[in-house]
Amino acid sequence: MTAPLLGMLGAQTMAELRARWRVAAFSVTSLVLPVVFFTFFGLPYASQTFPDGVSVGAYLLVSFAAYGVGNVMVYGFGIGVANERGMKVDLLMRATPLPPAVAVLAKVLVALAFALVSIVVLIVFGVVVGGIRQDLAVWLQVIARLLAGSMPFVALGFAIGYTAGPHAAPALANLIYLPLSFASGLFLPVSQLPGFVQKIAPYLPSYHYGQLAWSAVGARAEPLAVSLAWLAGYTVVFLAIAMRAYRREETRKFA
Amino acid sequence: MSPDTTSVVELNDLTKRYGDVQALRGITLRIAAGEIVAMLGPNGAGKTTSLSLMLGLRRPSSGDVRLFGLPPTDRRARSRAGVMLQESGAPGVLTVRELIALFASYYPAPLPVEQALAMAGLEDKAAARVATLSGGQRQRLYFALAVGGNPEALFLDEPTVGMDIEARRAFVAGIQALAGAGKSVIFTTHYLREAEELATRIVVIDRGVVIADATPRALMARVAGKRVSFTVAEPLPADAFAGLVISALDVSDGRVRFLTSEPETALRRLFARGVEPRDLEVAGADLEEAVLSLTRRPEGA
Repeated sequence: MTAPLLGMLGAQTMAELRARWRVAAFSVTSLVLPVVFFTFFGLPYASQTFPDGVSVGAYLLVSFAAYGVGNVMVYGFGIGVANERGMKVDLLMRATPLPPAVAVLAKVLVALAFALVSIVVLIVFGVVVGGIRQDLAVWLQVIARLLAGSMPFVALGFAIGYTAGPHAAPALANLIYLPLSFASGLFLPVSQLPGFVQKIAPYLPSYHYGQLAWSAVGARAEPLAVSLAWLAGYTVVFLAIAMRAYRREETRKFA
Repeated sequence: MSPDTTSVVELNDLTKRYGDVQALRGITLRIAAGEIVAMLGPNGAGKTTSLSLMLGLRRPSSGDVRLFGLPPTDRRARSRAGVMLQESGAPGVLTVRELIALFASYYPAPLPVEQALAMAGLEDKAAARVATLSGGQRQRLYFALAVGGNPEALFLDEPTVGMDIEARRAFVAGIQALAGAGKSVIFTTHYLREAEELATRIVVIDRGVVIADATPRALMARVAGKRVSFTVAEPLPADAFAGLVISALDVSDGRVRFLTSEPETALRRLFARGVEPRDLEVAGADLEEAVLSLTRRPEGA
């Protein structure tokens, strides 16, 4: 006889949610940081429009929403997994009947919930403070695309979490994710970046992630299928790196 | 096979090598339901490795492991086993109650959280965050997590290390209650006293092999019960100790020390061989010393 997996998933998700919420530094940062960045870099241009009629405010808002979701994933998993390894919680869980897949799924669900809240907070801020107007359907489209497209950043988080120790993980996450976001046009439109960065941008996962959001508010972008293919490819690459690090640790700790 | 006839644990000629270190050299062991087994031995004897293999936390280099007749990583097997490990950690931001409830959700028929709290003596700390617990309280928490799933068998690795006297007392009472309820308990320890007090069976492991496997009473009868020591003026004849049933022989600075269960016989033989003991002392060996004598190779054997 075994316990029902759905019950385990529910309990595990609740526990992750509580744990995540109580690390105030993380939950506040992941919700507030995109708003702060948008206030500095987006709000001044909120009422302008691009020559093709697309709202600059909406464009920048969804850019920072994309940054925020990636942030939740890369930091949440990177630091979370590294901490669990550091505190040897993984050893405690390993001896229980909890399937590792259920534990991972619970983490992903909680991260998606946090990401959802971070997008909604930012959109509400942009609408109320910045006066940015889009149809509700557009906002919903943005939310759905950003959540669905976030998987490469989940995988990147796992790769960092299994590679770095608890002290190195935050620095490594910063070192990877911040330049990635800048170079992909999530802070400033790609057209305003230095020339060599513009050349690199189309090869970065966050650039194609941004495309999902930009095309949702009407900006000219690559076809959806191309974005999704790039994101899927990066998910596979990051997962492979994560699995390699995970296996190496398995051998070291448990073989 | 019905659960009643399935062994809790079956180890078949198990070996385990870590790099150059041969941690287990062929362990065969069958533990039946309802047994309270102490795995006793000095540090590095292979106790923790044996336990890790039983639970599928590590893979054997050779040999076969069954937990409730299944591979030990099988969820059905793990659902029947509660585990308390050395050196594991716990998520610090959850409260004691929350963590126990979470672990309970992993098992098919868990205990009510309050009962697990009570068994570990943690009622006062139920609302405390795990990170704020002392070492002893943390150890009790791990015990609560192990029993909270209401498993048929408990596997405890050095459970009383770091426990204060009070926690230890609660722990002993907890084990006795579990034994009374027909659970199996397998624990490692290097304290003979603890093994004797709790176990129905003691498995002594040394350097990766089982060197004794008996009830506490039978084991006590086997171990050398007296410590004999004396001084000799003249060098001992080369074959002075040949054929004597003694162990842990130590000759230094003219002082001879050994353990034996038959001090009279040993001394009579020594006299007959011309040894003249001076300043003779015969005292009850303490139990640790006695079992340690088992874990060393007996002299002349």
